[in-house]
Amino acid sequence: MIRPDNVLVWATFSPLVGAGLILVLTALRYALKLPKSFMDQSARWVTLAASALMLVASVLAWHWFDPGAAGLTVAGKSTGVQMVSRAVWIRPFNVEWFVGVDGLSISMVLLTGIISFVAAIASMPWWQGGKRAAELAGMDEHGHDDPHHPKHFSVRMVPAYMVLLLLLMTGMMGTFVALDMFLFYVFWEVMLLPMYFLIGVWGGPRREYAAIKFFLYTLAGSVLMLLAIIAIYYRSLPATLADGTLSARHTFNLLELAAQGRAGQFVGAASILGFAFTKIVFVALFIGFAIKVPMFPFHTWLPDAHVEAPTPISVILAGILLKMGPYGMLRFNFPILPDATEWAANAIAVFGVINIVYGAYVCLAQRDFKKLIAYSSVSHMGFTLLGMAALTPVAISGAVLNLFTHGIISPALFLLVGVLYDRAHHRDLERFGGLAQALPEYSGLTGLAFFASLGLPGLAGFIAEFMVLSGSFPVYLTYTAISATAVIITAAYYLWAMQRIFLGKLNPAYHDFPDVNWRERFVLYPLSAIMIFLGFYPQFILTAINPTLQQLIQNIRA
Amino acid sequence: MEHALNELGPIAVHKVSYLWLIPLFPAVGAFINSLFGLRIQRVAGKRAVHVLAIGTMTLSFLVAVRAFLEMYSLAPDERFLQQTLWNMVSAGRLSFDLGFALDPLSMMMVLIITFIGTLIHVFSTGYMAEEPSYWRFFAYLNLFVFAMLLLVMGDNFAVMFFGWEGVGLASYLLISFWYTDIEKAKAGMKAFVVNRFGDFGFILGLFLLFWSLGGVWAQRADLRSLGYTPEIGDRAVPEARNPFLAVGPKTAEAHEREVKIGPTLNFRELRDQVVIESTGVAEHLKHQVVWGFALMAVVGILLFVGAMGKSAQLPLYVWLPDAMAGPTPVSALIHAATMVTAGVYMVARLSYLYALSPTAMGWVAAIGVLTAFFAATIGFFQYDIKKVLAYSTVSQLGFMFVGVGVGAFWAGTYHLLTHAFFKACLFLGSGSVILGCHHEQDMRKMGGLKKHMPVTAFTYLVACWAIAGFPWASGFYSKDEILWKAFTARDLAFLGHSAPWLGPAIFVLGILAATGTSFYMFRSYYMTFTGSYRGGEGHAEEHDEDPHAAHAAPHHVTAAHPHDNVDPDAAQGHGAHGATSHGAHAADAHGHVVHGKDDHGHVHHGGAPHESPLSITAVLVVLAAGAILTGLLGIPAAWTGHEPLLERWLSPALPAEVHFAEFPHSTEFLFQGLGVGAAIVGWFFARLLFKDGRSPVPAQLKKRFFGAWTVVYNKYYVDEAYQALVVRPSLFLARFLFWFDQHVVDWLVNFVGWLGRFVANIDGAIDKYVVDGAVNAVAGLTGEAGRAMRRIETGRITTYLYGLTLGSLLVVLFNFLFR
Amino acid sequence: MAHVNLSHFLVVAGLLFVLGLFTVLTRRNAVAVLMGVELVLNAANINLVAFNHYVVGGFGGQTFTLFVIVLAAAEAAVGLAIVLSIFHTFKTIDVRAADLMRE
Repeated sequence: MIRPDNVLVWATFSPLVGAGLILVLTALRYALKLPKSFMDQSARWVTLAASALMLVASVLAWHWFDPGAAGLTVAGKSTGVQMVSRAVWIRPFNVEWFVGVDGLSISMVLLTGIISFVAAIASMPWWQGGKRAAELAGMDEHGHDDPHHPKHFSVRMVPAYMVLLLLLMTGMMGTFVALDMFLFYVFWEVMLLPMYFLIGVWGGPRREYAAIKFFLYTLAGSVLMLLAIIAIYYRSLPATLADGTLSARHTFNLLELAAQGRAGQFVGAASILGFAFTKIVFVALFIGFAIKVPMFPFHTWLPDAHVEAPTPISVILAGILLKMGPYGMLRFNFPILPDATEWAANAIAVFGVINIVYGAYVCLAQRDFKKLIAYSSVSHMGFTLLGMAALTPVAISGAVLNLFTHGIISPALFLLVGVLYDRAHHRDLERFGGLAQALPEYSGLTGLAFFASLGLPGLAGFIAEFMVLSGSFPVYLTYTAISATAVIITAAYYLWAMQRIFLGKLNPAYHDFPDVNWRERFVLYPLSAIMIFLGFYPQFILTAINPTLQQLIQNIRA
Repeated sequence: MEHALNELGPIAVHKVSYLWLIPLFPAVGAFINSLFGLRIQRVAGKRAVHVLAIGTMTLSFLVAVRAFLEMYSLAPDERFLQQTLWNMVSAGRLSFDLGFALDPLSMMMVLIITFIGTLIHVFSTGYMAEEPSYWRFFAYLNLFVFAMLLLVMGDNFAVMFFGWEGVGLASYLLISFWYTDIEKAKAGMKAFVVNRFGDFGFILGLFLLFWSLGGVWAQRADLRSLGYTPEIGDRAVPEARNPFLAVGPKTAEAHEREVKIGPTLNFRELRDQVVIESTGVAEHLKHQVVWGFALMAVVGILLFVGAMGKSAQLPLYVWLPDAMAGPTPVSALIHAATMVTAGVYMVARLSYLYALSPTAMGWVAAIGVLTAFFAATIGFFQYDIKKVLAYSTVSQLGFMFVGVGVGAFWAGTYHLLTHAFFKACLFLGSGSVILGCHHEQDMRKMGGLKKHMPVTAFTYLVACWAIAGFPWASGFYSKDEILWKAFTARDLAFLGHSAPWLGPAIFVLGILAATGTSFYMFRSYYMTFTGSYRGGEGHAEEHDEDPHAAHAAPHHVTAAHPHDNVDPDAAQGHGAHGATSHGAHAADAHGHVVHGKDDHGHVHHGGAPHESPLSITAVLVVLAAGAILTGLLGIPAAWTGHEPLLERWLSPALPAEVHFAEFPHSTEFLFQGLGVGAAIVGWFFARLLFKDGRSPVPAQLKKRFFGAWTVVYNKYYVDEAYQALVVRPSLFLARFLFWFDQHVVDWLVNFVGWLGRFVANIDGAIDKYVVDGAVNAVAGLTGEAGRAMRRIETGRITTYLYGLTLGSLLVVLFNFLFR
Repeated sequence: MAHVNLSHFLVVAGLLFVLGLFTVLTRRNAVAVLMGVELVLNAANINLVAFNHYVVGGFGGQTFTLFVIVLAAAEAAVGLAIVLSIFHTFKTIDVRAADLMRE
């Protein structure tokens, strides 16, 4: 069954198998003329089972991961990469099936497992509270064609939705475990298409605009990335393939490329269009990843995509997709092009600071609840950029920890927005008020998530921000001081939002809203528990990521 | 300064295993009550809720007493209990544990928090008896105590900051406890956000300190390596750990003697490396410069900015008066006795750092005395009894900062202790009054309560006595010690320049503030408890007089009918009452009816005031006794010949030594006399003007100086200034940036999209008319040719046969011709 | 002189062929056209038999001729059926009427 050497394969492909199963079931349905409800229900259960399997596999991978292990040896140096599964895929181009995890990716694998499962549950239409609740949410099967009160996404074209969701999961997991540039790119693109349809078909009123914006924006980034990948490939030296043969001329192996980059292979490469090779490749890769972060000024797809996407897709978007930007930078730019990293660090830090402060201020001006959360992601991802740019052990660990904690907190926030939207069908902060009376449990959970996100010590968000700020402080004194002002603005916009939603007099129209139901509890309580747990024991994550990151920045310096 | 420090060695650590229980109990209480409180309250009643809350508090207090006894049994220099639970973070140079430590200073704080906290829990059972969200209140209170205990018990900055922000959270939750009133909700938010301003400074100061310990402003590249050696490490040992060499002989063999050099968040490690001279850290820190200023001055001032927020000092004090929107026990516990003193505690805890920078100390003391004076003047004219106490708290906190600022760390801390008792007593007394007067907070509608509420009146008087600084009450000892030390302080500096005049100047302002304190406290006493009861009169008069009252003091309008906001179910039906700000009678009557179990039996607003239940009066008596008895801890050396008990107790925790000018005892007696004189003057005028509410002078004075009165009454318009200078510009900037985001950045994106489509359209046109045109031309030509040829196809077999024949003949012909 | 040789047969066959062809080309009556076709086929038959006798020897030509006769019979049957069908459709057996497939 699941063993350390195939756990990543399980994690990556169990959703894909689930998707295939749903397709088979669809064929079966038409052959046997089974009712639609059978198809919907079976698609849901297959999705749950597949994502649960993925969660189990990723937790096992986390369990088996040994931070102190030497791992795979590349170019005479241990990389700490474990649980490797490897085979030659396309021999003429030296493309391999090559997956494995180091401290950086294992945290992301765990996060992907958790958030995918959460998103799968959030896609279920289980709904208590009787007729009134189902009607409020638009979940009664017989449906609304009323554009102001559309049918809930969880009961529209269920099998197609589930297939795309599962495909998306495979893409995400694959991106985080791939150690072959080509494989990475394949998974990266596999993610893109389901996302487009999930936003474009099951989204809100402006879904087509948001979906196409997301798609084109990301694709533009991918193209730059692809060019950079090809450029790197043609400058690389041969390396050993999985079966022990030496590849012809070049290699896609990321670990080999890192070793070659460390040895200065790319520094002397011929310049492109008059720019130094490393710099131009760095910038191309960086823009490709920065769009995913999203980094100012490439961030405007995010609010639109978030606002229009259905709740589980927002969860995945905020929880995992945004993490791929920094992950890619740490997997490609930093190890392969160390000298260009040194060169670009200052600029990255500046963009990080802009993200932090700019995002926070824009949040303060929001009236749309979901947009507020979306912009807060922009602000929080800025901390990761700043931390990465500082290149100190504390800051970079904080940056990656921030990926994880933000990956827990912001999905919770989007789920909470979804809870409210399912009942009120609008997200205008000004039109709520006093909801704490009608929805006490919801208020408590939202309060917890808000405080976690604004960096209250004892909850997950704080440690990451604290580490980033303290680690960047000696390097970028002034930048850090400016960034720290965000703690004030962040508190202001969250508390203001809280005041507008929950406090004051209750709008009578909302007095019979049902409180959080079991489906929502089932995702919100575990996420809240993780927030508190990581707030008091962040070392849980740090133990795994520290060695990898410290080796990474040591290489940059060396 | 230097001779004494040589004597100090590293702290001897006594590991114990029960410290974590002290914060654990309230945490458990908060957890259970917040998750299951509603159910508990429904099933088992309010009694179960408060039994749980008070039970956890009592257990926590008992463990604290156990710790105190163990600490007391140790030699003075070894009083340091420590427990590490687990490592929270280690990455690079940053590493900290979830660890607790108790030294005499934090021991004192823990005892105050758990003892007064327990008392206030008991008080709350009476005060909040009618509250439907009873469970929520106790959950929040327990949460607060948990956070406060983390704050004082944390053995490093991180855990302290956990508590620091945690108390902010609890304070936010409790201020906006009656959240249906949007004004109260706003007050909570204001408290949190203003505190965040402070935290911003605090965290910058912390980072500055942290990295300067490694001597870091060196090469950027050096920072990135793991094994970089701190600049000063050369003089010690390159590795982080450094076997300590040059310590005095005593107990060297009893404990592990190592001093860690380099960046640390741990208080003990910080103290050891700064205090022990031979490490060279102190010297090193003194000569560092950042942003063109002396490093330690910047660090001290930035850390103090954090304290300014938490302890409500100028200019960040604005949240505290608004925080009175919370229930009165909250005001007593959080906004008087414990949380607001966190800043003082922090400065005292870091006494050895502040001692390195006279500038920082001068700054602390100057801000403190200015706040003390400023807040006292506002206190003169407030009518809301809780507002008077709030400004009084701000003012007293100013005194504490004077104490720790001039270097009399123990005196500032002592004032913290005495203040915790007498101010808690005053606040709870005011709570008792408010309860007795059916949620009336305006002192103009009180009066003559002495005969209705004798116990409350007596305890209030005792606490006034203490705060005013009359002899043999605790406030006398602490305040006079602070002012005396201020007068004799000579080491202070003002913005980097030595300023021996600063101490006496502080003394003068301080004695004026003390006079003011005595005046406004007795004013509140006389207005509330003497004369005849004025309850039930209309509000009309005061609103006519001060146009800004409703705006500047929103709570005393809304506070008139707090029941409106108490019951979530009732609140909806009350919309109309909320709108009529003067509908106090109707709203109150309604409120009581809704509650149903109003055990006081008052349905009408004008009912006679009554004494509070035993749970309240008993607590008042205990606190009043504390307000007197804590004086025993600080009887000055000039009287007894040996140093005060508390100073001796605290001295191991306050290793900093600051020089004071030497004066004979007679001078000290004289200054004590001055202090008493100030109290008497304040009391005399308060009695003259406000006793029994008969004197016409206050009204006349008010009329005479109406302009000045309005300015002070409206708190110098500081809130309005903040609104105009901070809030509005921030919101404006936010809106502008959002506009920028939507109309510039996103426009650019959409423009690129549009551009793409434009180019695509041109491309499409070319494709359609040029490329495709050529293809279509070929196709068209073929079609035309076909159409022309179609004529031949007649469909008649004869035609084809003619063709066939003709063709055959032609073939034959050609065969012959071109053989 | 009175010796009949191959040329005579060929001339007769040629005449028959031309007459048949002429009939097919000029007549509008479908039945007449069919008769023309018969003439053409019989011209071919004469050629087959003549060449077999004077040039090749054996029975191949005769065999083919028999085939052709059978074929001609079948052809006449099918042709007449078609003609009948045309007549049913167009009420005439003028071949010019049956030009519907032209367009």
